[in-house]
Amino acid sequence: MSKKLELPSASRAYIKKELERYETKESALIPALFEAQKVFGFITPEVVDLLAVEMDIPPSRVNEVAQFYTMFNKKPVGKHHIQVCTNISCAMVGARETANYICKKLGVKLDEVSKDSRFTVSQVECLGSCGTAPMAQINDDYYENLDQQKIDKLLESLK
Amino acid sequence: MEVKLLSEHYDKKEFRHLEGYQKLGGYSALKKALKMKPEEIVAEVKNSGLRGRGGAGFPTGMKWGFLPQNGEPRFLLCNADEGEPGTFKDRLMMERAPHQLIEGMIIAAFGIKSQKSYIYIRGEYYQPYKIVEKAIEEAYKAGLLGKNILGSGFDHEMDVYRGAGAYIVGEETALISSLEGKKGQPKLKPPFPAVKGYLEKPTIVNNVETLAAVPWIINNGAQGYKKYGTEKSPGTKLFSVSGNVNKPGVYEVPLAYSFKDLLENECGGMKPGFKLKALIPGGSSCPVLNYDEAMKATMDYECMSQMGSMLGSGGVIVIDDKQCMVDLLNVLMHFYHHESCGQCTPCREGTGWMEKLSSSIGAGRAQLSDITLLDKVARQMMGTTICALSDAAALPVISFVSKFRDEFEFHIHEKKCKVKGHCHAQSHH
Ligand SMILES: Cc1cc2nc3c(=O)[nH]c(=O)nc-3n(C[C@H](O)[C@H](O)[C@H](O)COP(=O)(O)O)c2cc1C
Ligand code: SF4
Ligand code: FES
Repeated sequence: MSKKLELPSASRAYIKKELERYETKESALIPALFEAQKVFGFITPEVVDLLAVEMDIPPSRVNEVAQFYTMFNKKPVGKHHIQVCTNISCAMVGARETANYICKKLGVKLDEVSKDSRFTVSQVECLGSCGTAPMAQINDDYYENLDQQKIDKLLESLK
Repeated sequence: MEVKLLSEHYDKKEFRHLEGYQKLGGYSALKKALKMKPEEIVAEVKNSGLRGRGGAGFPTGMKWGFLPQNGEPRFLLCNADEGEPGTFKDRLMMERAPHQLIEGMIIAAFGIKSQKSYIYIRGEYYQPYKIVEKAIEEAYKAGLLGKNILGSGFDHEMDVYRGAGAYIVGEETALISSLEGKKGQPKLKPPFPAVKGYLEKPTIVNNVETLAAVPWIINNGAQGYKKYGTEKSPGTKLFSVSGNVNKPGVYEVPLAYSFKDLLENECGGMKPGFKLKALIPGGSSCPVLNYDEAMKATMDYECMSQMGSMLGSGGVIVIDDKQCMVDLLNVLMHFYHHESCGQCTPCREGTGWMEKLSSSIGAGRAQLSDITLLDKVARQMMGTTICALSDAAALPVISFVSKFRDEFEFHIHEKKCKVKGHCHAQSHH
């Protein structure tokens, strides 16, 4: 039995404001998708349809944007999405080992949601933090110069 | 030695807010600029020789001069999509000096007669986004943005826009499409954005660092700027240095500064136990230099092009002797394949092929002829596509293979790594 999706009124008000903020309303698609992701966790076809109606933009246009950008999750992720950069500068100082260490500590594989739904660990491309590597982005924040001790403490604080 | 024309106050907390920024001399250039004629601003920037810091190094004043000379509305876009691996200076500039960028943008907008600008920030830079958003708010409250700025009669609106993850959006036409609420795919040029850009209107796209240099140039004049660097590479540049050096970070030095000095003085040399092996001088898309070349290199556009590389975004990636070049190339090829937008066949297919070939070489599942094939695939990708990502993916391949061929051969012949006992290249998917 599926419940009909609904946006909270604060989100609807935010999207309404974004629709008027730019020269054309299509520019509000990215902000609206971020908002929807905050509410629903990830972007499903139902979320796309909901936004299409809310914004009076064809679902195919909404979907095109949702699919193109990597920050829009197409499947569930844990409450804390730990994204470790493993591009060149980070790889040289051991970021892939960092990602493995975090996975092992949490008992998860890459890109999988932990059983308690709290964590997902992913490897991502350069996050502009190459001089303070290894690093991870967890939701909106950067954590830099990571070593095992720091990671242990960090994961503890996120539990 | 560092020469901090732009970054002098970056360590001061107060510089991040309007009041402190003004106390330290901020917005004096804007006041001066508003008393000049717009044409004089464009001329000053042209005469300074400032070159775009986003990667291509195109002369900024000349780009501004491409705008049609009519009353048509035009836009200014700041490219803060910073995604070139090894580059992290724009992030620092926005975090430490958001008003320097905003001031530079208002002056640029006045010069090119634009009434609306956007700062397009990559989605991952959430904190910089919040900082810039707040700074714009401060500027509005102080009458530095909006109608009749500081009583000059000039109106300008500025807004900030957050991207959502896609390296390719850093390419200027893709950036424009993304801001229009579309997929961020590049478009064929011409028409150039200066003629037909955002919403089909004339549009100037400039990098964060380019625009942030404008206030200094207006305050100190083109001649003042040209005291630093060389004839073709005037001024200073912020280099982002990463790798196993003692003090990685962002350093502002005059252009034509020697890499050896940058490494030894600013970065405190290599970390104990590490030796320099190679250098990618300007972000991951630039051809790699070997040790001898690196030690002779000066950080300017001319020297880099003479050495067959590029200054790019100034992402200085220092490669040490504990790194396997096959492994690092694998990492880069995975990246470019993932980031190719897929519109052009040579790029879409080529990046896929190069990732496959370099990973099978790493895994020892290849023949010597595959090294030649890898090089050939790369060469066929060059100069035939809509945007420069295809070339950006091919150039590292050609240079890695020609300068470090022994490491590639070792992986094939010995089925193990010449450099490390445990090499990721052997198990790369
Ligand atoms: C694949 C690709 C990615 C790019 N990424 C960026 C970027 O992240 N930031 C940037 O300023 N320029 C980037 N550029 C260059 C822009 O297209 C454009 O040249 C630049 O923003 C112009 O500003 P400038 O003249 O001030 O350098 C990229 C180009 C390509 C081909
Ligand atoms: S060169 Fe590659 S990234 Fe650029 S437009 Fe073509 S397919 Fe897309
Ligand atoms: S390479 Fe990892 S943050 Fe840039």
